[in-house]
Amino acid sequence: MATVHPALTAFADLRSRSRRWTPNVWDIVIFAFVIGGLALIAVGGRQTLKPLSAPNIFISLDPWVLPNYALRTILRMFAAMVLSLICTFVFGSLAAKSRRAEMIIIPFVDVMQSVPVLAFLSFTVTGFMALFPGQVLGVEMASIFAVFTSQAWNMVFSFYHSCRTIPRELKDLSDSMRLGAWRRFWALEAPYAAPGLIWNAMMSMSGAWFFVVASEAISVGQTTVSLPGVGSYVALAVQQHDLHAIGWAVLTMLVVILAYDQILFRPLVAWSEKFRVDAQASDHRPATSWLLDLVQRAQLARRIGRPIGNLMSSLASVRVGRPMSLPQPVRAAWSNPASEIVWYVVLAAGALWGLWSAVVYIGGTVGWPEVFNAAFLGGVTLLRVVVLVAVASVIWVPVGVWIGLRPKWAAAAQPVAQFLAAFPSNLLFPLVVAGIVRYRLTPDIWLSPLMILGTQWYILFNVIAGASLFPADLLEAADSLQVKGWAWWRKVILPGIFPAYVTGAITAVGGSWNASILAEVASWGTTKVEAHGLGSYIAAATSNGDLHRVLLGTAVMALYVVAFNRLFWEPIFAWGSKRLRAE
Amino acid sequence: MTDLAPSRAAAPAAEVLLEIKNVRQTYPRGRSDHLLVMEGVDLTLKAGEIVGLLGRSGAGKSSLLRIIAGLSRPASGEVNWRGAPLRGPTESIAMVFQSFALFPWLTVQQNVELGLEALGLSPEERRSRSLQAIDLIGLDGFENAYPKELSGGMRQRVGFARGIVMQPELLLMDEPFSALDVLTAETLRTDLIELWMEGKLPLRSVLMVSHNIEEAVLMCDRVVIFAANPGRVAAEIRIDLKHPRHRDDPAFRALVDEVYIRMTRPDAAREAQQAAAQAAHGGIGIILPDVSPNSLAGLMETLTGDFADKADLPELADELSMEIDELFPLTETLQLLGFAEVAHGDIRLTPTGRKFVDSDVDQRKRLFGEQLLARVPIAALICRVLEERPSHRAPYRRFSEELEDFMSEDLAEETLGAVITWGRYAELFAWDEQGQAFSLEDPA
Repeated sequence: MATVHPALTAFADLRSRSRRWTPNVWDIVIFAFVIGGLALIAVGGRQTLKPLSAPNIFISLDPWVLPNYALRTILRMFAAMVLSLICTFVFGSLAAKSRRAEMIIIPFVDVMQSVPVLAFLSFTVTGFMALFPGQVLGVEMASIFAVFTSQAWNMVFSFYHSCRTIPRELKDLSDSMRLGAWRRFWALEAPYAAPGLIWNAMMSMSGAWFFVVASEAISVGQTTVSLPGVGSYVALAVQQHDLHAIGWAVLTMLVVILAYDQILFRPLVAWSEKFRVDAQASDHRPATSWLLDLVQRAQLARRIGRPIGNLMSSLASVRVGRPMSLPQPVRAAWSNPASEIVWYVVLAAGALWGLWSAVVYIGGTVGWPEVFNAAFLGGVTLLRVVVLVAVASVIWVPVGVWIGLRPKWAAAAQPVAQFLAAFPSNLLFPLVVAGIVRYRLTPDIWLSPLMILGTQWYILFNVIAGASLFPADLLEAADSLQVKGWAWWRKVILPGIFPAYVTGAITAVGGSWNASILAEVASWGTTKVEAHGLGSYIAAATSNGDLHRVLLGTAVMALYVVAFNRLFWEPIFAWGSKRLRAE
Repeated sequence: MTDLAPSRAAAPAAEVLLEIKNVRQTYPRGRSDHLLVMEGVDLTLKAGEIVGLLGRSGAGKSSLLRIIAGLSRPASGEVNWRGAPLRGPTESIAMVFQSFALFPWLTVQQNVELGLEALGLSPEERRSRSLQAIDLIGLDGFENAYPKELSGGMRQRVGFARGIVMQPELLLMDEPFSALDVLTAETLRTDLIELWMEGKLPLRSVLMVSHNIEEAVLMCDRVVIFAANPGRVAAEIRIDLKHPRHRDDPAFRALVDEVYIRMTRPDAAREAQQAAAQAAHGGIGIILPDVSPNSLAGLMETLTGDFADKADLPELADELSMEIDELFPLTETLQLLGFAEVAHGDIRLTPTGRKFVDSDVDQRKRLFGEQLLARVPIAALICRVLEERPSHRAPYRRFSEELEDFMSEDLAEETLGAVITWGRYAELFAWDEQGQAFSLEDPA
């Protein structure tokens, strides 16, 4: 800088400044995006404050109402995402910083992950309606809460895990600079966790479209709730045998998911690359997004963005949370071994009390034979899940390997598989059910594929990812050793993609359990088809308003999922990642 | 630029900045027990000097550095900073890390400015101070670059800029050059010393942890040699050579030799302690470094080939381009196994070592096994337990728990790792990684 004549620097400044002022064509596009988005949020938000009276919850099958309904559905999704983020930041950092909080939060989150999401709705909807009597808002809250429970847990885990793995030097450095808790959170913890958190948040949202659609039209006993949205639109179409309307809804949702994928998912994931610490890792293909490129290219957008960015960063640099030191006796008592024992006693007492009240609540009303019945039905659903995942694996693993080994195909197919996983498959259920009713097929068999309709794609895209990362020199070595046929599958590629496959299969299984509540019982007009299983048990209990049985079914399902994870997936995953990691 | 270096020239030369007295550090082991990391450490740092802290890995140098930085507190002893007890991180002590520790999501300038926020400076002031530091350390033009766009050497320059922008009185450096390649490290060292000698660095004193003896002799006014188990100051050597120093200067070589001799001098305290351990527990408390038998064989072959069975350690380190934290574990293991003797800065192959070099593969394994059984008590213990048990199998925990009576969990893991590698090579026993168990016969 100093070697340039001052006049020249001034000139250079002027030139670059004048260039910066000229908006380019990208600015217009971005501007439209931003203003349009703000307007939509305002419109959608006002509608939720309307009273819960007939005209406001009347659902119409006119295709022209669909954009408005889609907007409501999207807003519910975002509200839930904001909640999930807050929950993640609070509980994730609490668990990472306090050992005692960790002891409660981590197992809690682990269990919550296994509880079927739709079962929450049965419990919460009456409570939320009582909280906001006579307003749509109460029902909205119940729906948002259900979506929140489908999103938050893996985000909390991801954040907690990232915080625990922050390199020690970065922590030491922040301490030695005396950044303070608030600044340190924004300078170190949040950015460090960003890539994992953003990826998990986007995966959560993909999965949550299913639940946001499902939670819009639900009846718990006498209370029938129908929120304006794509889900309730489809529910009404089912009642009225209207295949055209279902077609319109599917089309709308396709557009919504495509927009979500292109406008949110991809730009965010590409942007989060910036926060990756191990950017040099060779097996990592950086994500890209046309929209992100566009925004970064747009001059005006950057000019508008800068003040916002400055505001955010000055918020983040507010110096609060200076190490507050508690009085010495309090600190001594806190770190005293005796207080540890008190803590354990409190935890144990709480757990016993919870267990006791659950036993009284269930055992006092429904009786033990019912418990065994639920457990048996859980076994039936488990069988269904296992068979379906096996069938899906037999189909998608070879396809995924074939695609994954061809980089061009992989680049094209990966987003498609992600897209399909995000699409709420319950919108397609009526089409299948209509078929079952028409041809009088056995529901116990033919309803089953619905469970895996949406979740099989997790297997596909994980296998594609695994295969495309498979080391090329191992493939060449196998070629030159003339390893072919079954031996090639067994010795070369299957072990190579195993960890990726297991990741996909775990997600698919979890999703299928959740979907069983919707998939095992379905209706077409007035005809109802039902398969035997824990899902239909919970669904029936919900529509009867029998909360005892809902609780029982939910508990049994959560136990099945937890046990299956602990006894099957975890050992397999540990074995796979230890033995089969190419290094 | 001048106001960056305010007080070094004006300060009285012998002002004491840091005074450490009888510091002892322990880490918790299990529920009630503590493991001793360092004991009786005394150290004084004065204004205007660069002090090197030399020692092998695990000697507790980094623990000491963390104590001085205010990041951890000693179990007992005094740490006085300018006459007052040190109570935590302070802006007058800054730190440079081996791994650079740059925030990858911040630009060079943002990284440098980060610490200034805590000083409560205005944005303009932060900017001008960080630009000055960036300029001084030779990073002009990279202000807006992200760390991943920079080479290792440039990244460490950012690390230095971030340290000196705080205008600290003491700069702590934890092996700042050991993650860099040889040429880059040398450039950085000479640049730094030049700035220091010209009085351009806004620092009054530097404390540097190093693994590299030549580096310490090249840069420091004083070298403090740290001994391990528990960490303590073993010796202090003044380096009065004028800058710029040259590695081939005979006086320089003599000092390097002297440091080597001090570092390989049989350490009376350690010998006594090991003898006590040997007497009380059959010697299984010896900590073993996980070095590969191939490296040991390679070192012995180098000794017979290029050096007629006896070598000067600095020359050997130079020949193999190894730093002491790589070389010393190898030479110590050779000594432990009776293949070589190390003393007074020299290493000499024993007749057994000579025999090893002259043998074929199977004979080497047999010889290695014999030495292992005779001289490494934990290896002998494993073989004995396996023979006594009818199943001829024993779990990892059986031995790791016994080792943890004498050392930390990490060291026990490393020690057992070494025994597993050596025992497998010598075919003394088999190891099942999956089942975490030793056995006499290979199951496959």
